[in-house]
Amino acid sequence: MDTTFLLDTLGQLLSGLPLTLELAGISITAGMVLATALALLRTGPRPGAWFVRGYVYVLRGTPLLLQIFLIYYGLGQFDWVRHSLLWPFLRQPYWCAILALTLNTAAYGSEIIRGGLQAVPAGAVEAGRAAGMSRRLLYRRIVLPLALRQALPAYSNEMISMIKATSLASIVTMMELSGIAYAIISETYRALEVFLCAGAIYLTLTFLLSRAVAFAEAWLNPHLRAGTP
Amino acid sequence: MLASLTLLGFGPTGWGLQLLRATAMTLAVSMAAYAVGMAFGALGAWAKLAGRRPARLLAEAYTTILRGIPDLLVIYLFYFGGSQVLTALGHAFGGEGFFGLNGFTVGMLAVGTVSGAYQTEVLRAGYLAVPKGEIEAARMAGMGRLLMLRRIIFPRVLRFALPGMGNVWQQVLKESTLISVTGLVELMRQIHIGAGSTHDAFAFYLCGFALYLALTTLSGLVFRAWEGWSIKGEPRVAGRMAA
Amino acid sequence: MIRLPRLLALAAFAVAPLAFAAPASAKDWKTVTIATEGAFMPYNGHDASGKLVGFEIDLIADLCARMKITCNVIAQDWDGIIPGLNAGKFDAIMSAMSITPKRMEVITFSRPYTQSPSTFAVLKDGPLANLPVNRLSLDDEAATEAAVKVLTPLLKGKVVGVQVSTIQADLLAKYFKGVVEVRTYKTTEEHDLDLQAGRVDAVIGSTSYFVSTLAKPGGDKVKLAGPLFTGGLLGKGAGVGLRKADTDLQAMFTTAINAALADGTIKKLSLQWFKTDISPAN
Repeated sequence: MDTTFLLDTLGQLLSGLPLTLELAGISITAGMVLATALALLRTGPRPGAWFVRGYVYVLRGTPLLLQIFLIYYGLGQFDWVRHSLLWPFLRQPYWCAILALTLNTAAYGSEIIRGGLQAVPAGAVEAGRAAGMSRRLLYRRIVLPLALRQALPAYSNEMISMIKATSLASIVTMMELSGIAYAIISETYRALEVFLCAGAIYLTLTFLLSRAVAFAEAWLNPHLRAGTP
Repeated sequence: MLASLTLLGFGPTGWGLQLLRATAMTLAVSMAAYAVGMAFGALGAWAKLAGRRPARLLAEAYTTILRGIPDLLVIYLFYFGGSQVLTALGHAFGGEGFFGLNGFTVGMLAVGTVSGAYQTEVLRAGYLAVPKGEIEAARMAGMGRLLMLRRIIFPRVLRFALPGMGNVWQQVLKESTLISVTGLVELMRQIHIGAGSTHDAFAFYLCGFALYLALTTLSGLVFRAWEGWSIKGEPRVAGRMAA
Repeated sequence: MIRLPRLLALAAFAVAPLAFAAPASAKDWKTVTIATEGAFMPYNGHDASGKLVGFEIDLIADLCARMKITCNVIAQDWDGIIPGLNAGKFDAIMSAMSITPKRMEVITFSRPYTQSPSTFAVLKDGPLANLPVNRLSLDDEAATEAAVKVLTPLLKGKVVGVQVSTIQADLLAKYFKGVVEVRTYKTTEEHDLDLQAGRVDAVIGSTSYFVSTLAKPGGDKVKLAGPLFTGGLLGKGAGVGLRKADTDLQAMFTTAINAALADGTIKKLSLQWFKTDISPAN
């Protein structure tokens, strides 16, 4: 195998890494906030809960690529969209990709967090109530922290999916890792070598992420650490 | 709105028929990919459960790698790299000229390989969920390996793995859209072509939402019915044995 | 693409596991499979019924009749078209492919059958509507340098769309790198959508292709602007792409094209599809 080519390819690919990280970082963070809001709505009173059910059903039942296309090419077709305040954002493939990724991950994430909410022990809620906590304080101090801690392991899989999903941004002209990989392949036709390099970078990313989540989990669960009474 | 309906309908200027055909293609390539994934999954699960160390390591590497990199890259690898490898192989065996793979084969193999990694975990977990007593009982009853596999292990693993298998199928169905980059005219590609050449992109994508939702919903129902069938005749207290 | 003969496409899964392309060997050519992109009107595209149509489809019929061979025309995506040829999926490419030194490293070409300059398409009410229009041969280095000097401040920071691995993409990379923000598209239809949506300030492509951009719904908002680039890295025009080994087929195509040029067939088809004569210069 040709090491100069490999190193050269690796260098070119790494120039797309910041974009991949940005896309993943922003959409995972924004998606998690939205997912929490959706999960709370879902466990709340009817109209809100129904809306979330519909949202989750549609977003999980359709392919992400189609969602990206609808937002990118579909919305751009309408004059009223192009003349709206949102256009400076929707005009750019960057924000379209982030919007699509965020909406998508929020649908999956809300179900994970809902599972976490359901796992909050009734006793903890009662204890908070007995201590005279308001509903808001109860959620902030007791319910959400417990639910998120519970949901974290499952959520790490969703985060890894998101890192992989950023590759679809290349289909709407973003030159992130996969976009660059594609360009190199279509220039050189050396698919194997390019795949090797790009694959290694993605694997490193997903590995680091799962390690980070494992650390966060340990940190959030001090009572499970060895050595504590 | 009316114009959009004509566009998506079955009239002479409508794309209805082509969309239906493309839907059939999506189903065909997804099923083929799912079958490939099932084969890889069974092999992977076997390697992880009963294989020797090299087999186990290989299966471990397979699931780690394929679950850690984007499917799109895997498709590019098979699409562009496939003919590279096949041609080299062909020449090594004294063949002449060039060998290549069509979009369908590429899609089937690429999506199948990825889904096989997930299927491995599903089947492995399914096997581990089968109460050990059942297998011991079968052995006591003097069943041969094959008979035991057919009568006990296969149906029991299926029963525990079915929900996970249903998820893998949904994943395959949705990921089959990425095969459109090879030029295979499955549903995603047909929708995108329609959107590009009629300039009523929104209507086409919306129609795509409806069609994919229909596919995922209907196949979800099929899997649920299958699950119901697979636990038929199981005593309500079966959980006790597992505990 | 859609319109891979439908039956074939649907039947594909039946034979898929064994679907290696038939190995191409030296032979006397009776049937030739020709690939075209099918998304590049007026050169090649699909009508509403899914049939391949266009200038090149008509030209293929004419050339194959002259060569007394049967031709199957199939649609193949642009970005896989050269690997596809070398992988033996088909025997020839007729897809408005310009003859360039870079492509000559991997495949060979017949003589050119069309030649049309490259230029920008912009929105009539967009920021680049008033780019200076003139003819510019990239072989003339002094003139090119002067033109780039004029264009650079006008294009500074603008977003320009282009199809992946085309001569126009090479042109942007060579003369306007760091000046414009380049967006790379898989198909020209996609960059047309984005031009009309105002996502890109201009797209660069061949003038003959833009005939179809202007004719599309919403094309009345678009106009051509900027220099009409020819020569240099843009090559000598579009030819039939062939495997390097198939020199016999190359000679057959070149002879047929010469005959079609001599009796005015190419000019006639060109006027019919492009409303202008894009026969090559020599």
